[in-house]
Amino acid sequence: METLMTITAGILLSIGTYLILTKSLLRIVLGTSIFTHGVHIMLLSMAGLKTGAVPLLGEDAAAYTDPIPQALMLTSIVISFALTAFFLVLSYRTYKTFGTDDMDQLRGSKYE
Amino acid sequence: MTNYVIWTLLIPLLAGIIMLFIPQRVILQRTISIIASIILLINTVLLVFQIQTEGIQKMELGGWAPPFGIILVGDMLSGLLVLTTALVIIPILIYSFSSIGVEREKKYYYSIFFFLVTGVLGAFLTGDLFNMFVFFEVFLLSSYVLIVHGSTQKQLRESFKYVLINILSSALFVIGVAYLYAVIGTLNMAHLGERIASLTEPAPILTVIALMFLIIFGLKGAIFPLYFWLPASYTAPPTAIGALFGALLTKVGIYAIFRTYSIIFVHDPAYTHTVLGVLAALTMIFGVIGAVAHKDVTKILVYNVIVAVGFVLFGVSTMTEAGYQGAIYYVIHDMIIKAALFLLIGALVTVGGTKYLKQMGGIIKYHPALGWLFLVAVFALVGIPPLSGFIGKVLLIQGGTTVGDYWIVFLMMVASLLVLYSMIRIFLQGFYGKSVLSSKEEHGTTKGLLFPISLLIALSVLLGIGAEFLYPFVQTATEVLLQPELYINAVLKE
Repeated sequence: METLMTITAGILLSIGTYLILTKSLLRIVLGTSIFTHGVHIMLLSMAGLKTGAVPLLGEDAAAYTDPIPQALMLTSIVISFALTAFFLVLSYRTYKTFGTDDMDQLRGSKYE
Repeated sequence: MTNYVIWTLLIPLLAGIIMLFIPQRVILQRTISIIASIILLINTVLLVFQIQTEGIQKMELGGWAPPFGIILVGDMLSGLLVLTTALVIIPILIYSFSSIGVEREKKYYYSIFFFLVTGVLGAFLTGDLFNMFVFFEVFLLSSYVLIVHGSTQKQLRESFKYVLINILSSALFVIGVAYLYAVIGTLNMAHLGERIASLTEPAPILTVIALMFLIIFGLKGAIFPLYFWLPASYTAPPTAIGALFGALLTKVGIYAIFRTYSIIFVHDPAYTHTVLGVLAALTMIFGVIGAVAHKDVTKILVYNVIVAVGFVLFGVSTMTEAGYQGAIYYVIHDMIIKAALFLLIGALVTVGGTKYLKQMGGIIKYHPALGWLFLVAVFALVGIPPLSGFIGKVLLIQGGTTVGDYWIVFLMMVASLLVLYSMIRIFLQGFYGKSVLSSKEEHGTTKGLLFPISLLIALSVLLGIGAEFLYPFVQTATEVLLQPELYINAVLKE
């Protein structure tokens, strides 16, 4: 199961990278979002997936999955949610101001 | 006993939150921000003296003992950087009063400013790697808002790229944390250091992770192949924000490399620290090439930010006492002097109405104070004694020669000379030379801008003359860096 998850993470990371390398603003935003999802799935599978019990000290204490990566992932999801929201608004505002969503036309002046 | 560590974070956070409620009352916001930054300064001074007399300070958040809970640790390196941050933000705030404009002030400028400061101070003080990621996000989110604050065309264009590159580097940060957790099984920096130091056989994967963290922090700190985003984005926002970024943000990346490469990744210094040293040398060279090549004063300045990153990281890569001391002196000096230079260049552009050297000239005729302050700042930047850059560079060179990196020391001296050339060109062409504008034609005034600049220059001179006074503190900081056990024991054993 972990192998499958790692491969999934790899596929998501490559899709994200591909989208980030395109020219359209919206695709770039979606690309960062997918890239971050890939990262989260990888973080989740780092400590092993389901092994049988909830992380409480007790009879099944030996069988539980390490909850720390899950807690880390939760924090990271919240942050990436805020980032994506901000990034979407930013790209929308850029599009409104410049009338284009093509990164090639947003290069700036010749000497920059 | 008062815990100054936690107050260092709470003061700017509370100030920011209070000002969220009064966006329309500009004068009140200015008063609150000045009072808050002065209280913060007093608090950090007390913190530094407490660390000096009582040793490393810590704060267990929620009462959870390390390595289980998140911990804030104030050792001398963090203490000195926190103190410098508190010193630098006051002049930048005063400069903002007369330059940022009421429109921006009413749009939560001061709140976001203090949130950014909270994030930076948190990143300096945290003792947990994932918590460092969270504080990175706190100041990065604030910096996204500040860089686009006002939404001019140039800001929108550049901030998109800035946000993109930082989101990617944050994602890489999480990957790095995940790898490290999978391999070592902890994220507390002291605990990581302890476990890695006790490894009996070599662990090549750790070297991979160390380089991964170098890439992550290098993206924030702008080291050689990863600085490409910096020149355009630091010149986009107004001067005060640019000064804040130039003085604080790259330094957080440098601090993170400093910390991780002295406490955590010490298993294979022959490889990792050589890579760091070579990258530092390349950073100096490429930074200074950019500074010499450009004819736009703001660009010349931001490329000099990159050169300084190279100098400091070279000190870190030597792993010697002199190298560490030099790096600490230099990073403190650089925070102060870069803020001063950003403000000076901002004033120059305000008066001259242009960023291009060719179109300005003779500004010193009507603004003698501005011109001479600029000259002093340039001398301090290059390190002419007794100004502040001198002692740092001497120690860096000493550290470099101790370990035999003569060619990097040589490159560093060449880079310093070229830094002098690039900056003195601004003085000769922009301030000296034939007057282009008469005093009536000028595009703005320096009213209210000179005072904060003189504060920073005075600080720089004081740092140069008072290097002897600062020395015991730098020594304490270096001890902890050279003997990570001190840090580890202070965090885990007490």
